[in-house]
Amino acid sequence: MSPPLPPRRKADPLALPRQALMPQGGRSRAALGLAAMAAQGRFALQICAACGAAQYPPRDVCHECLGTELPWRDVPTGAALLGETTVHLSGDTYFRVRTPWRTGLVALDCGPSAVAHVHPDVAPAGRARMSLRLDRSGQGVLLALPERDSPNMMDDPMIREMTCDPRGRRILVTDGRSAFGQEAARSLLAAGAAQVFLGIADGWKPFKGQDNLPGDAVQLDLTDATSVSELAAEFGGRIDIVVNTALHIRPGGPLDRRDLVSAREEMEVAYFGPLRLAQALGPTLRARAADGPYGACAWVNIHGIDALAPAPGFALTAAAQAAGLSLSQSLRTSLAPIRVLTAFVGPLEDEWHQAIPPPKVTPTALAAAIVRGLREGLEEITVGDIAMDVMRRWRDNPSTLARERAG
Amino acid sequence: MSTLAAFAADLLAGKIKVIDLTQTLSPEFPTIALPPMFGQCAPFRLEEISRYDERGPAWYWNNFSCGEHTGTHFDAPIHWVSGKDLPNNTTDTIDAQNFIAPACVIDCSVQSAENPDFILTVDVIKAWEAKHGQIPAGNWVFLRTDWSKRSGADYANVKEDGAHTPGPDPDAVKFLVEERDVIGFGVETIGTDAGQAHGFTPPYPAHFFMHGKGRFGLQCMANLDKLPPTGALIVSPPLKIKGGSGSPLRVLALVGA
Repeated sequence: MSPPLPPRRKADPLALPRQALMPQGGRSRAALGLAAMAAQGRFALQICAACGAAQYPPRDVCHECLGTELPWRDVPTGAALLGETTVHLSGDTYFRVRTPWRTGLVALDCGPSAVAHVHPDVAPAGRARMSLRLDRSGQGVLLALPERDSPNMMDDPMIREMTCDPRGRRILVTDGRSAFGQEAARSLLAAGAAQVFLGIADGWKPFKGQDNLPGDAVQLDLTDATSVSELAAEFGGRIDIVVNTALHIRPGGPLDRRDLVSAREEMEVAYFGPLRLAQALGPTLRARAADGPYGACAWVNIHGIDALAPAPGFALTAAAQAAGLSLSQSLRTSLAPIRVLTAFVGPLEDEWHQAIPPPKVTPTALAAAIVRGLREGLEEITVGDIAMDVMRRWRDNPSTLARERAG
Repeated sequence: MSTLAAFAADLLAGKIKVIDLTQTLSPEFPTIALPPMFGQCAPFRLEEISRYDERGPAWYWNNFSCGEHTGTHFDAPIHWVSGKDLPNNTTDTIDAQNFIAPACVIDCSVQSAENPDFILTVDVIKAWEAKHGQIPAGNWVFLRTDWSKRSGADYANVKEDGAHTPGPDPDAVKFLVEERDVIGFGVETIGTDAGQAHGFTPPYPAHFFMHGKGRFGLQCMANLDKLPPTGALIVSPPLKIKGGSGSPLRVLALVGA
């Protein structure tokens, strides 16, 4: 079993923090599919449409029949550890300061053999449970886990490199005025966060839940450059995870409104706000990404699933959501090795979706999904039945979805 | 010596003091909070263009944005539906002669401290006149409440049933416009109307009657406690926004030293 994570200690102010280096990130286009699957927490490989052979490593042509149609499909997670090597010395700048590092050859139940990272709790020559994970360069890698969860399994330094567990970390939740922000803060504290800074905009305006706020309330209004830079100046060096819960989703299509006031507000919250926050906090966060076992690790943005294709009732919001999503995607590169987790949500259980019938996303459901996404080290979570349905259709055919949604 | 030259000489000699009646334009200063289904007035925002850096090595400047009714601001008659068809009712067409005028200051700070919903009535105005003389035509009437000494939530004072801030009742506004021919009405609170004035008949009487008769409003002012009851000269030109319904502005009062 893994030793438990050491308690968080104060940093030595005279020591230069470990530099936030990344493992090698170059991949073929085919191999990027591993990252796409890992991002969603799926264990999937290419399966030949002609002969059914599972492929590893990812490739363009089937190793069995030379078939070229190789869609990604979920495969069984079982595997046997055939042999192993623990690396103690490495020439790689990322791994050489993280040794010992256990690797091994595994025979996947679905067919191929593969070199994988091996969790210390996997029994030698024993059975393993495979998972696809994102490493710190954002690439999909194979990680062999013990067949059943072992005590402190997630405390192991190797798996912590691939996950963003809130436990012991200090977290900024940007919008504490909403039930979604309040519940996220509550859930993150329950998940063991060392501290949650809960951003409050317009403190002069009363809001629900203000007498029972979880965490430490801080002044923060993402639409206000001054407020964002003041927060960054005060707390920037102490934030390990940003959970941006600021949402401004309003009904209406392009011709339902007579002006741009509301559309601008949506862009302010969904795009300019997160951009401001990233500019203010990003460099510090990125620089602290290898700062011990509790280093900075993740940035969570929430996007309406309308970002993928607008629904008529919320078409203008969709444009702002799409802008925000585009920002999230570019932040993956800019903030690396900080993980950017995008949480897609369907209609929310709030006063702006009264005319939308259930199922709707509750604050509790969203908060639980965010905590799970961080623990698993995901890059993409889809919350609620509606969002999952839209995502399925989008993956099937974005053009068809756009027409479907428009109707 | 001409009157103007004498005035200038007094100003230079420090015999006339300039008092700033303006709140600082800052992002956190409360703006009016309308029910969420209505369009909202933008708060003040500042975005840096450069600050002696690679974006402009020797200069510092910002873009700012806000609503016409953000911070200390001027209300033009066109702001309200009752004044929408009046001539010269916008910030760019109002005769500039109106932007310098004397003010009468009615001190209701004690009553307002006791009751945030304090209402200025004709009786209160007449009691003030009994002491200080009749309000002359063409004067501003400022309601001093010391509200500007509050900040944040205390200043906005928004509760579940709306804002609770002092203001005039319909008869008082009608009296000031029709019987005293004032140039406008000025306050320290976010609106010239009381926080609960949506329930008055007509709703928002200070807006309805003042602007309906082509008069002006000044809101979110500060330092009214530094003004004498009569005799202050107010300088309050709004930005010359084409077709503007109002604008943030610097309000200055000239008083004898």
